[in-house]
Amino acid sequence: MSGVPFLLEIGSEEIPDWMIVPALNHLQDAFQRWLDASQVGGRVARVDATPRRLVVRAEGLRARQEDSTEVLMGPPKSAGEGAARGFAKKMGATIEQLRTETMSKGEYWKFVRAVPGRNTADLLGEALPGLILGIPWPKTMYWTGKSGPRWIRPIRWLVALLGDDVVPFEIAGVRSGRESQGHRLLGPSGVILSADERRAKIEREIDGLIAGKGLRVKPDPDLLHTLVYITEFPTPILGSFEEQYLRLPREVLTTVMRHHQKYFSVENAATGDLAPYFIAVMNTNADPEGLVRHGNERVLRARFNDARFFWEVDQRKKLADRVADLAHVTFQARVGSYLEKTDRVVALVKELGGNAHAQRGALLAKCDLTTEMVKEFTDLQGIVGGLYAKEQGEPEPVWRAIYEHYKPLSMEDSIPSTPEARMVALADKLDTLRECFCVGLMPSGSKDPFALRRAAQGAIRILAEGDIALPFAETGELRDFLLDRIRYYFREVRGFQYDEVTAVLSSGIRDLPDVAARLEALHRVRPTEDFEPLAASFKRIANILRQANFSEPGAIDESLLEEGPERVLYADFDRVRQNTKTSDYLPALEAIATLRPAVDRFFDKVLVNAPDERIRRNRLTLLCNLLTEFSAIADFSEIVPSNT
Amino acid sequence: MSAASYPIAAGPYYQDTVSRLKTYWAERGCIIQEPYDLEVGAGTMAPETFLRVLGPREYRVAYVQPSRRPADGRYGENPNRLYKHQQLQVILKPSPADVMDQYLGSLKAIGIDLGKHDIKFEEDNWESPTLGAWGIGWQVMLDGMEITQFTYFQQCGGIDLDLVPAELTYGLERLVAFLQNVDSVYDIEWAPGFSYRQVRFAEEQQFSVYNFEMADVPTLWKLFELHEAEGRRLLDAYAKYPDHARFPVLAAYDQTLKCSHLFNLLDSRGAISVTERVGVIGRVRKLAVGVAQIWNEREQAAEVTHAA
Repeated sequence: MSGVPFLLEIGSEEIPDWMIVPALNHLQDAFQRWLDASQVGGRVARVDATPRRLVVRAEGLRARQEDSTEVLMGPPKSAGEGAARGFAKKMGATIEQLRTETMSKGEYWKFVRAVPGRNTADLLGEALPGLILGIPWPKTMYWTGKSGPRWIRPIRWLVALLGDDVVPFEIAGVRSGRESQGHRLLGPSGVILSADERRAKIEREIDGLIAGKGLRVKPDPDLLHTLVYITEFPTPILGSFEEQYLRLPREVLTTVMRHHQKYFSVENAATGDLAPYFIAVMNTNADPEGLVRHGNERVLRARFNDARFFWEVDQRKKLADRVADLAHVTFQARVGSYLEKTDRVVALVKELGGNAHAQRGALLAKCDLTTEMVKEFTDLQGIVGGLYAKEQGEPEPVWRAIYEHYKPLSMEDSIPSTPEARMVALADKLDTLRECFCVGLMPSGSKDPFALRRAAQGAIRILAEGDIALPFAETGELRDFLLDRIRYYFREVRGFQYDEVTAVLSSGIRDLPDVAARLEALHRVRPTEDFEPLAASFKRIANILRQANFSEPGAIDESLLEEGPERVLYADFDRVRQNTKTSDYLPALEAIATLRPAVDRFFDKVLVNAPDERIRRNRLTLLCNLLTEFSAIADFSEIVPSNT
Repeated sequence: MSAASYPIAAGPYYQDTVSRLKTYWAERGCIIQEPYDLEVGAGTMAPETFLRVLGPREYRVAYVQPSRRPADGRYGENPNRLYKHQQLQVILKPSPADVMDQYLGSLKAIGIDLGKHDIKFEEDNWESPTLGAWGIGWQVMLDGMEITQFTYFQQCGGIDLDLVPAELTYGLERLVAFLQNVDSVYDIEWAPGFSYRQVRFAEEQQFSVYNFEMADVPTLWKLFELHEAEGRRLLDAYAKYPDHARFPVLAAYDQTLKCSHLFNLLDSRGAISVTERVGVIGRVRKLAVGVAQIWNEREQAAEVTHAA
């Protein structure tokens, strides 16, 4: 590409890893938009980032903006020569340089001014501080004093080159130049600018470290991403720990390694068991004397010792003896303590018909919040409680209920595996939702500090997938919130179509397994030949009744029925009705679909708006009965015909 | 006595590392202060940080601050957890542009060959609701171990800071355990022939017993209320006090520190209920904010006088 290349490097102190990619994407888009708007040509060719630098490379820029013209309108020609002279003077031109233009109101003077294009370097110098400081960071700081600029971390150097020339500008006392800075320890050759290269280096070298040892590393894309963006020159090393620590629960060991030390854990490739190794990723090129490995092993040993210490100390007081201590653990300042929550959840489990194991699980579920282990490793809440309960001799249904009661943690996570665990998990989530809504802590927009959407989604999945026929009896704002999440769940997670979900929910919600069954049946009957035309007829019936302002089902006077299509429809209706008195929805819907010919012929041959008022009312009643009777599974009038 | 005259096995003695850090920062223009003589939860709470970061005047200081966290006590049984640990606190106000390099230089000064180790700066912002203070920064990881908290202060006592100080807080026990290559802080050699255990074990054990088992809750509450009342009385007197320059706002801050420590003690006794908690933090914060406002006002005035 012809034209001039441009390079921008913003050098800063270490930027938090999780913010880098969104910031870089923003900068790329904003810079391209600026190039387009400024008419200097060029396109962003590449962007890169490490914790200490954001780099934009563009190519094909013009050295100058293109020249352009600007038209300035003057007085009408009819205003005389004096006015024309005045206008020319104002424009810094002679009267000979003026032109005229014919407008609807007559002929006017105008002046076409030549606007020379400006130097791209000047334009860049003016625009770059705003583009750089305009990156929307999640949390910013000032560093030169309270009147200074705000950014994610202090900016320490700036490189801006258009071709070979520096584009001059300044931010917070830092002037742009042509000199970058290298890696903090390795210098200029110690920076791998491309995140892809850093990622590939980590993956390649991890493979090398474990090759031939019968080991494997469990893929962890999130951890890998973090490591790619907290390093400029990543180099993995393999460390080990004493086998005795493998006696601690795997959950504890992997949490220590993953969340506290940013290590990959290592498994025995044959058995899948945790192996006494870990992989740490350094931000330097080598560990020739093994000091880094040794240091990391030392830290991990201390962490594992802590965990073992916590385990032993925690066993001195059983979970069951910790219930009262929950009075000192805040659930939510406005809602109260975990003791109060526990009391409510136990009551709710009882109300939902939970057995003694489920009630016991609910009572002990939050007790691990008072343990040293959970105070240290908060991600392990629930899991630690479950492990302790098992250790302390609680029956399996009880300890499992504790262990799994935070599940599902995400869309991908499974729901709890036992009925007791599902009951406790459900009651816990419902309680959180009800209490938070009660004191006005509902999510708004993207803000959901109490993770109520996740709680709702979890509760919905447990109900629907765990086949729990809990009557849907919530009211007010919580009902609307849950309805929204229910729609989301059936559409996005279960893959039902928009109108199917609307049709089923419009017929009311008894409970979620029932909604799921109705949706399933509707979805299966939908492609059959008669269904959608019948749905269209139902919509027609709904319209007729609305226009007639008729909504009361009632008794049919058989003597008023006309021989032919009307009697056939009535007989069919009566026949089908017998087949829909079932909660087996698919045959019911299939039976309803058989009404299609009778309905079609009725509309074809019978005039609903009969002149005789009694006959008219009798026919409206027949239609109304039909609609009411068969809308219990789904409101067919909501079905949008497929384009076939 | 120079460090070289000791029979050093694994690394320098605890006290050598402390004095090397002090020397390093003294050479970079810091006042070397002594610890504050009241109980504090962190070096940040000593007036040399909490108050000095306010206002438009430059300040540079380094000091060791024993920091008491009653709830972290482990009866001397845990190799890494302490009721009272030692922090070396450095305040550079304003933060110099090469503050990171200066910091890395301090690690070299205590014998860490950076070419053979792995250093990472991992996001870790600091916030103290009790002090109405927060900052942006990192935990500095050396071969996977956190050795320093690095913070650019943004607000203190709810006041935006005129200059942005850098605060470096070295966890001395961890750092020295690393240098001496020992797994338990109690195995640190403090001085020739004296281990950390000999110097501090009794204190850890006895204060754990007191903090968790014996501290009398009604007495602690009474003390809290007395110190709070005295602090409030002073702060309320400021407006009508004839000579603001002589006003004992430092004494009011001592009362604040007492309250903060008593709150921590009550907390470790499990004596503060959920509903009380936010309220009690708010009471301490109110004192801290009142002190910060008066101190800041005096600093702004002093700057004006100085400039004139």
